[in-house]
Parts: sequence; structure tokens; C-alpha cells
Amino acid sequence: MVRLEKRPQPSRAFSWATPILAVIATMIFGGLLFAALGKDPVASIQTIFWEPLFGDFAFYYRPQLLIKGAPLVLIAIGLSLGFKAGIWNIGAEGQYIMGAIFGAAAGLAFYPTQSVFIFPLMVVAGAFGGWIWAMIPAVLKVRFGTNEILVSLMLVYVAEQFLASMSLGLLKNPEGFGFPGSRNLQQYASAHNGELIAGSGMHWGVAAALIAVIFAYVLLTRHRLGFAIRVTGQAPKAARFSGVNPTRLVLFCMGVSGLLAGLAGLFEVAGPAGQITIDFNVGYGFTAIIVAFLGRLHPIGILLAGGLLALTYIGGDIAQSQLGLPAAAIQVFQGMLLFFLLAFDLFTQFRLRFGQAEVI
Amino acid sequence: MTDTPLLALSGLTKAYPGVVANDDVSLRIAPGEVHALLGENGAGKSTLVKMIYGLVKPDSGKMEMNGTTFAPQEPRDARAAGVGMVFQHFSLFDALSVAENIALGMENAPKLRRLSHQIREVSEAYGLPLSPDRIVGDLSAGERQRVEIIRCLLQDPKLLIMDEPTSVLTPQEVEILFKTLRKLSAEGTAILYISHKLEEIRSLCDSATILRLGRVVGHCTPAHTTAREMAEMMVGSTLKTPTRAGKTPGKVVLDINRLSAKSPSAFGMPLREITVQVRAGEVLGIGGVAGNGQDELLAALSGEAPCASGMIAFDGQDVGPLGPTARRKLGILTAPEERLGHAAAPDMTLVENAMLTGAAREKLERRGMLDWPAAKRFAEKIIEKFDVRTPGSANVARSLSGGNLQKFVIGREVLQRPRVLVVNQPTWGVDASAAAAIRQALLDLAENDAAVIVISQDLDELMEISDLFAALNEGRLSEPRPAQGLTVEEIGLMMGGAHGMEVAHV
Repeated sequence: MVRLEKRPQPSRAFSWATPILAVIATMIFGGLLFAALGKDPVASIQTIFWEPLFGDFAFYYRPQLLIKGAPLVLIAIGLSLGFKAGIWNIGAEGQYIMGAIFGAAAGLAFYPTQSVFIFPLMVVAGAFGGWIWAMIPAVLKVRFGTNEILVSLMLVYVAEQFLASMSLGLLKNPEGFGFPGSRNLQQYASAHNGELIAGSGMHWGVAAALIAVIFAYVLLTRHRLGFAIRVTGQAPKAARFSGVNPTRLVLFCMGVSGLLAGLAGLFEVAGPAGQITIDFNVGYGFTAIIVAFLGRLHPIGILLAGGLLALTYIGGDIAQSQLGLPAAAIQVFQGMLLFFLLAFDLFTQFRLRFGQAEVI
Repeated sequence: MTDTPLLALSGLTKAYPGVVANDDVSLRIAPGEVHALLGENGAGKSTLVKMIYGLVKPDSGKMEMNGTTFAPQEPRDARAAGVGMVFQHFSLFDALSVAENIALGMENAPKLRRLSHQIREVSEAYGLPLSPDRIVGDLSAGERQRVEIIRCLLQDPKLLIMDEPTSVLTPQEVEILFKTLRKLSAEGTAILYISHKLEEIRSLCDSATILRLGRVVGHCTPAHTTAREMAEMMVGSTLKTPTRAGKTPGKVVLDINRLSAKSPSAFGMPLREITVQVRAGEVLGIGGVAGNGQDELLAALSGEAPCASGMIAFDGQDVGPLGPTARRKLGILTAPEERLGHAAAPDMTLVENAMLTGAAREKLERRGMLDWPAAKRFAEKIIEKFDVRTPGSANVARSLSGGNLQKFVIGREVLQRPRVLVVNQPTWGVDASAAAAIRQALLDLAENDAAVIVISQDLDELMEISDLFAALNEGRLSEPRPAQGLTVEEIGLMMGGAHGMEVAHV
């Protein structure tokens, strides 16, 4: 008989080893999956993990890595604060959309005026858009005890409708020949979130993501508020006893995660995407949930996890086009990563015992 | 004793990772014998009875019932062999009736109407008044225990195991329980009685086996042994009685005036107009059966459940609406009953747990930034001053034994020099020597002019350290009276007498 036994202390070694083991296991089982599909497993894995970084076209893929990774990290950092405290904002995708709409609208309102103040104003508006969208489930939760998971998730679909309405109506490009979508912000210098260093992929969103990582790290390790977040997640009654105000904590965590998601949306719409369109959002808000957990809700871990997931996205695209792997297989591959992570995570708190079972 | 014992255990051994819970334990119980199993927490009493009840299988050794081998694989086998057990923590559904609860615990439950009839018969036969139709959520702890006992009695047990049955009862209810147990014993049912209340054992039990660290360290006849001798056998050393130099209390520090609060949950207890004053240097002991408002009172005093303005005054200042941090800054400190999850965060280190309540008063925080090295020094000070046994301050709270964690939790508050300290169940589940150390620390605190409120279900403890005694009953606090000279009957009446049983006497 094999059974699980709770460790007297959580294993620190396993806590660090879990993501690495998960990646290795994903490579093995992903390889088997690709082999079953009749593809060369070694070549497939190599294409996904090696090609974007060191392949022949790496000069093109490496900037993509930053562009894809930055919003994931930025959103995941915000989500991780709430998740640590047991506050489940699942609607970052909606907050991301609203941030983009608010930010873009603020910029377009001044079109075609050129001013150095326009972009900072858009940043503030984008952050506000995400924040206010997250405040809806937060206030409903603290005021009426609604479930923030459901409300924040449902608001994603509201935001999507809002996005469609904006790209077809209020924000539609008057010179766009009737096509849905706003003016392209890449062609509006004052509002454009361009590359800070040409050809690097480094834009303001990447900078913001790095700042967020540092901010979250200091908050969680050194600040009272970060301590309150950690205690609340582990022992809500103890947190209450120590003087944490649960209402304020919910508002703070939801607010910060919404704000960062809104910023991610603004940086995306003003930079890589360029315009508000019906299909502006591509699921960063949901993928960021995986990134947050893959990074063990730890800021540095999230930074690495964001990079890893961006890698599988880009590598997956290459594998699709070069090896003809089906898109679904790539998604299964990404799902495996989360699955193995959660599976190995069990061993942080438990260990395997072989031997006679006990009743109870 | 008869030649064939009802139950004979020989050489039972059970080891868990890192600890031998039972080491070569042998025991004989004759039919009709009331046998006490004595020992401190962690001595292996629970493991031993779990083996008899089929919840745990021994690593080695054997059990015999009436001369034949007895090796229950699961509780069902034990029940079939005539073993019944009443647990310390009840396993009852609040929302169901008494009869429904009893039916759920039986192998072949008869129709509810027939069962109700049986319940009435048994409850009358053994002097345990209980109506089968009542909803368990409305019952007092004593009545709930009767449900558990009747559930066992319906199965006609030959051996009844009772795990700390009196910890939730008033003295009057204890008397009723003992009458029932004596009657059962006279009818030939053996009783294995686990407790660390020694006076009870002296009055009830025919013989006693004493366990220490998993081994049998002695037998005695309780009626011929003093409580102190038994306690010293349990602990393995001589005990120090807490001492204090009597002094006159100073001015009123904490003034609680008609404190009322709604019940926090459906099965909680509202507080009803509690009025009491505590002076500097005074220890107020609050007794009462569990679930009569103890947790709610602590929450109201800690600031977790702030109350209306004017209900609590500290040094003449209104603190009712203040939260925990603001009260701590003033010097009102508390230690709740539940150690893991309330007083301490289980998966956080002792350093982090020291930060939990020490941040404000120990200056572990400056403008929101936490000073971890200072918290580590504070945690290590607690560990050293209160003799907390742990490899180090980096260990998580749940890795500590109950008694050691309790010393840490109490030490954390005591070392912050409180002006008012409120503790709930300070020595629950703590071994005798640690309990003595904790009581001494509370007395020393009062000696240094703090006002101390001790909420406890251990009356002996309260009588030992309190200047004033009051009891909580249904969320009301009785008039505080000087603890010296109170009789057990008076205390029992303050605690609400025998719940729902006065009818028989009036």
C-alpha cells in the first residue's frame, strides 16, 4: 500500500524543485504525446524550447518573448497577491480589456494633438479602467458577500461586449472605411508605446512588469501589508486576531490586481496591438492565472514562469508551422505543465509512505 | 477481581514516525470494574483506547476479550464485540434530532418511532433525561454527551470507554453522569475512564493505570491514593504549586459595562449585558461550560468583534469600537483558546508568529516596514523565557506540540508587558509542569499590576489562581465573587446548575 503522510514541516527543497520537476515531466509526457501523433518527440520538444531562444530566427523570436511575457507577468503579479490571501480574482481578462479601452479612449480623445503628457495620461486612465472593473466584484463581495470568482468571471464577458461595442461604435476609426476597430495608436506618436530600444521588444509594459515584480517582492517580504496578505491566506482567523481588516484587504488585493491588469491592457493596445478591435484580447488574463501558480505565487517565480509560458506559446507556434503539430496538442502540452506542477506540489506538504495502511 | 478478565491487553506497542505512542502496555479490566487511565497529554491514552476500539492497529502485542483473541479491524468489529466509546469531541449533526443522530450511528437502526421508544426507556433507566425529538443544535454540552452515551448503551456494551467525559460538564452534571456510570458498573458493564481530573477519579474509579510517555508507570487504587501522588506519578517528578504574594488590588483598569453582542453564527452564543470591573493586580477567573459565550467574550475583548461605544473602558478611555491593533497599542492583549489557526498561523514560522501580535508593542514595525531580525530576537526571547521546546525559531507553528505552542502563545503576550491580559483556556491540553509554569506567569503578571482575566473550564485551575470568580452561562456573566471560600455547589449554581434537570428537584 502506498499512502501519503503529512510532513511535520513543509519541505523547502521540494518547494523549489517542483517547477523544475514539472517542466521535466511535461517534456517527457509531451514528447510521448507528440510521438503518438507521429512526430519526432525530440525535434518537437527542441522546437518548442530551443528554437525561439537559440534557433536561426531567434533575433525575431526573442523580442516576441518579452512582448508576450510582459503582460502575463504584470497580470500574474497582481493576481498572486490576491491568491495568496485567498481572494480569487478570475476576471483579469475583463480588467485587461477595460484598461485597454480606457487608456486608448483617453489617448484618442486628444487625437491629433501631440504632447508628452498624453501617454502618461493614458497610463493613468488604463490603470483606472482595470481598477474600477475589479472594484465591482470587490465592493459586491465586501458589501453583500457575493462570490468574487463568479462576479469577476462574468464581468469578463460584459467587458468583451463592451469591447465589441467600442470597436464598432464610439471608438471606431472615422477614416477606417467602415472596418471595425479604432485608429491605430502606433501611428499616433504621442500615444504610441514604442520600443524603448529598437529591435529588443522592450517597451514600457516590460519595464512596468519588472517594476511590479520588485514592488511585489518588497511588499511580501518586508511590508506589513504583504504579511497581512500571507497570514490571511494561511489562517484567516489568526489574521483577524492580529488586526487585519478583511474588508480593506479584499479592496486592496482586488484593486491592485485590476490596476495591473488594466496597465497590461493599456501597454498592449498602445504598443504591440496598436488598436482596439473586437478580437483585441487573446486570453492573457486567463493564462496569467497559470503563470501565477506556476511561479508558486512568488514574484521571482512568476517572472520565470511568465518567460516559460511565453516560450511555449512562441515555440508552439513554430512547432505548428514547421512540424505541423495541431494547435490542440500544444494546448494539451501547456495544460500538462500546470497539471504536473500541482501534482508535484503535493509533495511539498506530504511524503509517500509504503507499507500497511491504517484505518483512519 | 475475577479470574478471567473482560479485557486483557498484553505488550501492546504502537509507534508513529518519530514517536512511540504505546510501548509494551499491559492492562486487565474485570467485568463491572471502573478502571481509570491516567496520564498527561501525549502519554498515549488516546492511542491505547483507539486500539481497543479498532481505530488503530497495534504494531505488536495482543488483546483478549473474555479469554479469546480480540483484534478489531475497524470500530464496527469492536462494537460487535461489545465495546462502546464516548469521544471527547462529539460527532453529532446539529441540524438533526436526537433520535436521527442516534440512528445514524447504529449498524441496524430500527424504525425511528421504535428507536425513540428505546431511547426513552434507556434514558429513564439510567437517569439521563433526554427527549428523542429535540434538535441537537439546541442541546447543552451535557445533553449532547447524553446522546453519545445513550447511543452506546443501546448497543448493550460490555465495556464502555469514556474519553475526558467531564470536561464539558457542570459539577451537578458530573454527579448525574457518575450516578449513571456507577449503575452501569453495578450491572456488570466495565468502564474504561480517561481523565486527568484526579479528584473525580478518586471518587469514581476502582483501579487506575498510569501512563507516561507511552509506558505503564504504575497502578494504584485511587481511593487510597492522594491526588498529588497520582499527579506526581503522571509527571514523574514533584510538582511546584504556583505561589503569589497576596496584595491589595489597585484602581480599576478594565471596566466592562453592559457588554452585549449578537451571536456571530447560528450555533454561537450572544453576549448579554456583561458587567464586570477588573483592577490592576487582580485575577478574574471566568468559569462556565464550553459554548456559553467564552469565545464570543474573548473576541469582544480582543477587538476582533468590536462592540458599541461605552461598553468597554480601559483606564477610563472608551475602547469599545477599537480594533485589535489599537487595543494592543494601549496594552490590552489576548490569547484565544484555539492555538492553531487562531492564536497562531499553523504553517508560519515562530518568527512570523511572533510578528503576528508583537508588531505594534515590540516595535517590530516602522512605518509599515517589518523588522524581521527584531522579530527573530523576540521569538527567541519567548522560546528561552518560556522554555518552548523546538529546534529553532524557523520552525513552523504546527510542528510544535500543543503544550509547547501554548507556552509560546502565552509567552508572546506576557512578554509584551500587557496592562490587561485576557486568556481563554490557558492550559488546555498542556502537561502538568507546563501548566504550572503558565499559571505562575499569569500570577507574576498580576503581581506587576496587570489586570488578568482567565477564562477556563478547569475549575481547579480557576480556584488556584483567581481573586474573583464569575461564571458564564448562556452568554450572561454571573456576579463576580471572591474566589476564596466558594464551595463546589455555589460554583455549580453560578454555572447554571444541571442544565434542564432542575425539574426533578423542585
